[in-house]
Amino acid sequence: MEISEIILESISSLTLNKLRTSLAMLGIVIGIGSVIALVSLGQASQQSVQSTIQSLGSNLLTISSGSQRNGTVRGAAGSQATLSNADATAIATSPKITTVKNVSPEYSGRSQVITGSNNTNTTILGVVPIYAGVHSVSVSSGSFITERDVNSMTKVAVLGPTVVTDLFGEGVDPLGQKIRIGSQYFTVIGVTTAKGGSGPSNQDDRIYVPLTTAQKQLFGVKNLTSIAVEAIDATAMTTAVDEIGYLLLDMHKITDPTKADFSIMSQADMLSTASQVTGTFTTLLSGVAAISLLVGGIGIMNIMLVTVTERTREIGLRKALGAKKKIIITQFLVESVILTFTGGILGILLGILLAFIYARLTSGAFVISAASIFLAFVVSTVIGVVFGWYPAQRAASLQPIEALRYE
Amino acid sequence: MPNEYPIITASLLSKIYKTEAIETMALDDVSFKINKGEFVAIMGPSGSGKSTLMHILGALDQPTSGEYILDGKNVESLSDDDLADIRNKKIGFVFQAFNLLPRTTTLRNVMLPMAYAGVPKEQREELAIKYLTMVGLGDRLHHTTNQISGGQQQRVAIARAISLDPAIILADEPTGNIASVQAEEIMEIFKKINEKGHTIVMITHEPDIAEHAKRVITMRDGKIVGDIKNTKRITYFHSHK
Repeated sequence: MEISEIILESISSLTLNKLRTSLAMLGIVIGIGSVIALVSLGQASQQSVQSTIQSLGSNLLTISSGSQRNGTVRGAAGSQATLSNADATAIATSPKITTVKNVSPEYSGRSQVITGSNNTNTTILGVVPIYAGVHSVSVSSGSFITERDVNSMTKVAVLGPTVVTDLFGEGVDPLGQKIRIGSQYFTVIGVTTAKGGSGPSNQDDRIYVPLTTAQKQLFGVKNLTSIAVEAIDATAMTTAVDEIGYLLLDMHKITDPTKADFSIMSQADMLSTASQVTGTFTTLLSGVAAISLLVGGIGIMNIMLVTVTERTREIGLRKALGAKKKIIITQFLVESVILTFTGGILGILLGILLAFIYARLTSGAFVISAASIFLAFVVSTVIGVVFGWYPAQRAASLQPIEALRYE
Repeated sequence: MPNEYPIITASLLSKIYKTEAIETMALDDVSFKINKGEFVAIMGPSGSGKSTLMHILGALDQPTSGEYILDGKNVESLSDDDLADIRNKKIGFVFQAFNLLPRTTTLRNVMLPMAYAGVPKEQREELAIKYLTMVGLGDRLHHTTNQISGGQQQRVAIARAISLDPAIILADEPTGNIASVQAEEIMEIFKKINEKGHTIVMITHEPDIAEHAKRVITMRDGKIVGDIKNTKRITYFHSHK
C-alpha cells in the first residue's frame, strides 16, 4: 500500500467521523489559540508602556533643578530655583557642548483656569517653540507658541485636549476664545493632538503658554523648573550628560559633582526603569503561557488517547484483513499529523483574532510574536503526534483477536 | 470427487488461557485435516473451544502448542508481517458482528483488503463490483454500511472475504446476528461460492445452519468428539447437479 493511498485512507477516516474529528481539533485549536492570545496580550501591554515612555520624546535628557539642602535633610528635586535662562542659553551655544541638537527651557507651575462657568486646576507650562519638536507635541488645530509670542510676551495659550473638554465641553471649537489663568486673560491659539496617559504625567491635561509670559506675568519668577535637551542621537546620550553636567557645574561654581544642585535624567534611565517593571510582567505572562501550553497539551493528549484507543477494534479488523503493523501505524500517524496541523493553523488564526479583538477593545498595540506561534505549534503538534502514535502502535501490536474483542 | 489436497493440517493444537489463578484449557490436542473444496461446519456448545480453534485457523491468535499448516505453510513459525500477509491473501473472514468499517460504502469495504494486498486501484473497483454483484448487492455499491440491513451487511462481508480468492473462508457464526429468512440467503451464497471451489470452514451452534455444510465437526470441552460427512447435503448437492 503506497503512502498516497494511506493518506487518502486517513483523510476519508477523518471526514467520516466529523464529530470525533472536530472535537479532537477543538482541543488543539483552544490549546494553541489561548497561548498565542495570552503571549500577544502580554507583549502588547509591554509595548504600550514602552511607547508611552517613548512618546515623551526620543534622545531626550531632562535637567531638573536640584534639591534643596537644609543641613542633612534633602528636599524634593526641583524645589530649589537653581536653573536659569542663562543655563539653557549656555547649553545651546557653548562650544564645549557638541552632542546637543535642541534645548527647550521650561517653566512648569499649576494654576486655576476659568472660562465662563467652567474652571479647572491644571499644569501651566511656559515653553519656547522648540518644545513641540523636542517633546513630539503636535497641534490638531490652530498653531503652537511661536518665537514672536515668546519675544513679545503675548498672552496666548495652547490647550491640551483634556483641558478643552474640561473648560468648553465636548465638540466646542476653543480657537479664539478667552480663558482666564490666575487673574489674566489668554487667547486660545491652538489645541494639541491627544497623546494619552493619565495622572500627573497626562500630557493632554496641560496649557502651554510662552515661557516669558509664564515667568514674568503669571508666576513672577526668573528661573526654570527644567531644561529638556535633545541629543543628536541615542548613542550621544552619555556624552551629552557628561558635557552638560560639567558645563552646569562650572556655571554654578560647584567643584564637587556629588553636591550638584541639578540632576540630569535621560530617557534611557526611564526606559530601563520601565523595562524592569515590564520584565517582571513578561515573566509572569510567560508563566501563564507555559501553564496554558501544558493544559492545552494535556487536553490534546487526552483527546488523542481516547479517540485512538476507541478505535482498537477497528485496528483489529484492519489487521484481520491483512494490514501490516507499519501500515496501520502510518495511517494513524498521518491522521494525527493532519489533525494537529489543521487544528494548529486554526488555533493560530483564533489566537491572532483574539489578540486583534483585544487590541481593538483597548485601542492598544496589536502584537503577534512569531516565537509564541512557533512554540505553541511545535509543542502541540509533537504532543498530538506522539499521543496519536502511541495508542495506535500499542493496538497494532496486539494479537488481532485481542484488538477485535477490545471493549 | 474433490481434490485430496489438504488446505488445513492441524496437529495436536492446544490453547491454554491463563488468568491470575486459573488455567483454562480451551483447546486440547486437536488434530484434523481439511481438504481443498470442503464445506465444514464446526459445531459445539459455547465454551467447547470452537471459537478458539477458529481464531487459530484464522491466524488471529497463536496456539500454545501444536502445529498448524495452512496451504503448505507452517503458520506457527511466521513473523507478524507474514501473518498479516497470510490473513490478507489466504484467509477470508466472515464475522458474526459483520465487522465492516462503519459509515463507509460497501464498495470501499470490499476494496480494503485488496488495497492492503497491493491490487492496482482500477482492478480493485472492478473486482469489488463483480463480487458485490455476485452476492446480490450490485445496486448497493455506494450505500454506506449503516444504510443497509444486517443480512446485506453480511453479504458485503462475504464479498470482502472472497475478494482476494483466499485458500479458505472462515465464517464465525455468520448467521448469529441475522433474521432467519436472511440467514437462509446467506447460506445459499456460501453454498454457491463453495460450488465454485472455495473451501469454507464455518462455526455455528445451530444444527439447521450446520445442515448446509458437507462435513460437520463437533467439539466439546476443547476436543473433537464427532466428525461426520453430511450425506444428505452431498446427495442434495449431486442430485441438484
